[in-house]
Amino acid sequence: MPLPATTGLGFKPEHFDAIRTTRPRLGFFEVHAENYMGAGGAPHRHLTALRQDHALSLHGVGLSIGGPDRPDPAHLSRLRALITRYQPAAFSEHLAWSSHGGDYLNDLLPLPYTPETLSRICDHVDEVQSALGCRLLLENPSTYILFEQSSIDEPDFLAEIARRTGCGLLLDINNVFVSCTNHHRDPRDWLAAFPLSQVGEIHLGGHAEETLPSGPLLIDDHGSTVADPVWSLYAQVIADSGPLPTLIEWDNDIPPFDILLAEAARADAILSRHALPLTGAA
Amino acid sequence: MTAQIDLTRAFRQGLFDGSLPPGVTAHAPDEAATRFAVYRNNVAHGLTRALARRFPVIERLVGADFFAATARLFLRDHPPRDPRLFLWGEGFPAFLQAFRPLRDLPYLPDVARLEWLRGQAYHAADARPAPRDALATAATDPARFTLHLHPSVQLLRSRFAVVSIWQANQPGAAQPDKPLRPDRAENALILRDTADRVPVFALSPGEAAFLAALLRGDSLLAAAALAEGADPGPLLTRLIQTGTLAGLLERTAQ
Repeated sequence: MPLPATTGLGFKPEHFDAIRTTRPRLGFFEVHAENYMGAGGAPHRHLTALRQDHALSLHGVGLSIGGPDRPDPAHLSRLRALITRYQPAAFSEHLAWSSHGGDYLNDLLPLPYTPETLSRICDHVDEVQSALGCRLLLENPSTYILFEQSSIDEPDFLAEIARRTGCGLLLDINNVFVSCTNHHRDPRDWLAAFPLSQVGEIHLGGHAEETLPSGPLLIDDHGSTVADPVWSLYAQVIADSGPLPTLIEWDNDIPPFDILLAEAARADAILSRHALPLTGAA
Repeated sequence: MTAQIDLTRAFRQGLFDGSLPPGVTAHAPDEAATRFAVYRNNVAHGLTRALARRFPVIERLVGADFFAATARLFLRDHPPRDPRLFLWGEGFPAFLQAFRPLRDLPYLPDVARLEWLRGQAYHAADARPAPRDALATAATDPARFTLHLHPSVQLLRSRFAVVSIWQANQPGAAQPDKPLRPDRAENALILRDTADRVPVFALSPGEAAFLAALLRGDSLLAAAALAEGADPGPLLTRLIQTGTLAGLLERTAQ
């Protein structure tokens, strides 16, 4: 069962009591898979309780799909155990690498887009989908640098991975805005080249801004409200594609739960403007 | 294949020493190093915060700036080996022990050990509390039974006042009436209670010997004999109240 085409929030343990008290009408919660790979305790108690009332999106940050090393079979089997236990409606990961030579660097690092990396990542995606027995949603990264080696445009690279492997895509519109601003590119052109029909989920989050001589340097920090230009791009994407499951991400300087609900309500308003007319009871 | 491996290796190297990996550029190429530094900062900052979440009292004791500088040295030589970050940092106490600038704070490594054990207790496997009458049953034949404790239960014996130091450095902790004497030996009981909190309790030497015996599977009778005359009652009450007495195990004949 796919995620509902409504709004979800990233789950933070400090909000658990507020969620259980207020029972918000949210389409889903998303969690970082690696935080739930301990044996027991509060993380599993929280996730079990959330799962009773809400659909779940499982978001991995540690598979390092974009790196040269094959996905770690031990990590895949831990993911598979979580999927079996919690039956998430979606599993997503990143077009990025985070491990190399056995070291885990805890960041989503960039890669050049070449025929060589394309073919390797398709192998990794095939391996992940086959090990997990589900369709992966692959997320576009936010990037701060470019590679001279790159010969394929990022939206084309993602489209080709989806075409070859059958995976879906997770469109992070804040990442599009961050990367395009950093690389002096119009995000609307990026989106025009991106296969919206393959998108299974949207991410929206905040970013920080610094200034360099050539222009702004945007940093994807998930530490504030979604920026106005990102909301505009989101409204355009939803107008073009129809409603899609939409997640508000906020991972740093975590605010009170009602601030997150207000961000979710803002996304809801845009989604409901483009909701398909329902025949029959809603 | 080799092109990406070489690039990844160079990128990883650059994250730690600042060298720009081959081919890394930017729209304004002279800004490539500045923009690459975002990744350097993200990796260092992200891992430093992960270590600080695991060792908050150490961060408080040495100060945020000193902690960040120490963390950067630690993560350069001991980066995580697993995306499960709660498994990272086991080597931090030994690193602190060998770290010359901290020689004058010899209690820090044991405080770090206590914090590490708390993190493991937080994620330990679940176990249901034993039935109410379990202890009474065990008391009928203490040589026959040992206690099955919750997987989170751990003991740390220290030459230093680790429990007092830990407690005095909790957010909102009252200042102790008299100055702490860090070189007074203390034993710490670490466990996860039924509300998933991970409190720390001080144990007398006798209680610590009793708990150590239970943790290695001695019978209740044998454990009590090692308790150096201490009454095991209060400790057993504490285990029951926190839901960490998980059951009885019958000892087979030796």
